[in-house]
Amino acid sequence: MEKVYEPAIHLNHVDFQIGDSKIIQNITGSFPKGKITTLVGPSGAGKTTLLKMCNGLISPTAGEIFIHNELISTYNPVDLRRNVGMALQSAPMIKGTVYENLELPLKLQNKKLAETGAISYLGDVGLDRSFLNKNAVDLSGGQRQKVSIARTLVNQSEILLLDEITSALDRASVKEIEELIVKINNKYNVTMIWITHNLEQALKIGHYTWVLMKGEVIETGESKLLENPQNELVKRFVQGVME
Amino acid sequence: MSYLALSLTLIFVLIPLILSKTLNLGLEKDTFIATVRSIIQLLAVGYVLKFVFDSEHLIYIFLMIALMIGTATLNARKKGKSIDGITWKIAFTLLTVEVLTQGIILGFQIVPATAQYIIPISGMIIGNSMVLSILFLNRFTAEMSAHRDQVELILSLGGTPKQATHHQLISAIKASMIPTIESQKTIGLVQLPGMMSGQIIAGADPIQAVQFQLLIVFILLTTAAMSSIFLGFLSYPTLFNDRMQMLKEKF
Repeated sequence: MEKVYEPAIHLNHVDFQIGDSKIIQNITGSFPKGKITTLVGPSGAGKTTLLKMCNGLISPTAGEIFIHNELISTYNPVDLRRNVGMALQSAPMIKGTVYENLELPLKLQNKKLAETGAISYLGDVGLDRSFLNKNAVDLSGGQRQKVSIARTLVNQSEILLLDEITSALDRASVKEIEELIVKINNKYNVTMIWITHNLEQALKIGHYTWVLMKGEVIETGESKLLENPQNELVKRFVQGVME
Repeated sequence: MSYLALSLTLIFVLIPLILSKTLNLGLEKDTFIATVRSIIQLLAVGYVLKFVFDSEHLIYIFLMIALMIGTATLNARKKGKSIDGITWKIAFTLLTVEVLTQGIILGFQIVPATAQYIIPISGMIIGNSMVLSILFLNRFTAEMSAHRDQVELILSLGGTPKQATHHQLISAIKASMIPTIESQKTIGLVQLPGMMSGQIIAGADPIQAVQFQLLIVFILLTTAAMSSIFLGFLSYPTLFNDRMQMLKEKF
């Protein structure tokens, strides 16, 4: 019998639409606490929109979202976003050095980040201390993504939302990040929701997987579902990606 | 100046008209409209000012200032259509800048409290404040749409809308103030300001003209700073909702 986990996030008949266009349609389900759930699906399926709703950057146009069993609207948006961290797909950097970017989450709370702390966060994502004083605009795409992940870790959130964080990385860096995510998940019991186009990654790292298409959840379950999907659409999607 | 001399000034309108026609710039119509408008508007305001100065009635002074603020607001608001209530925000900014500046000038009796001083100085305050508002809104809306990913980043990390727009606000305030500050650095060396030149041509003592010009220069600095900062702090909250989310249609 499948073990039932306490939900970190629960969605109840959630819709999101802009004008007449439905981006998310009637999604109900839970992201288990302390587990890694991967979101897969074709571009435009609504994965990023779903993540942004969990971080409170946007609100559902219908339905409810619960974070640790409390309605999302009852949280102060600032507290919510510190508790539910998000690494954005474009890995935007503010003007300044890598250190200033890493310090940003604390600076927003009028706190400072010790240099040793910054070096430690850089080490977590496989970057050495020489990066600390580099200008963020001089970083490569992969390095930006690594700094973006390190910056998200600074708030020490209980839930982390990761939007295609390895898409611009080389194979070696992808492996490093995957190991880091697993390490953080094991060590701090952080709940992770990870959007990825890499189905092997979803299988290897994710405890659970949601397959989204056209704003709807088509299939969910343990990540091994990707090896033998029940839904015809998911079967075709998996075959298409794997080929 | 005689009417003959005044009519001869139209030579300076003919020159750009001929140049535009010769070089196919297509500016003849706009030049013609601008000329006709400036003649009508300036003559009308001349007669209105004469009436107001002669009557010395407070209500006419207020009406003149209200007309200036109204016209300046309608002109500046075109640049901030994405900001809710921009008309009232600009009107409030212009009114506040005018009241504070005139309050200091008249409160300290720097100039006599007569229409002859209040109205032209108000014109300069409100005119400068309007240009600053336009420059600020232009830059602020451009900064916000160019850097929406950074605004989203700061919000996602638990920043407030004020923190998320801080960089864009500062950039827009600085950019809108630069022309005022830069033009004042070379004042008297490169260009003689219009008001001072006018006074000198009209036969005033140059030192007296310079003293008044210094007053105006300092007033313009303070109006520049106040206009962009007031408008900035009135504008940014309307780009977000009460859940501290970016209103997409505003960016």
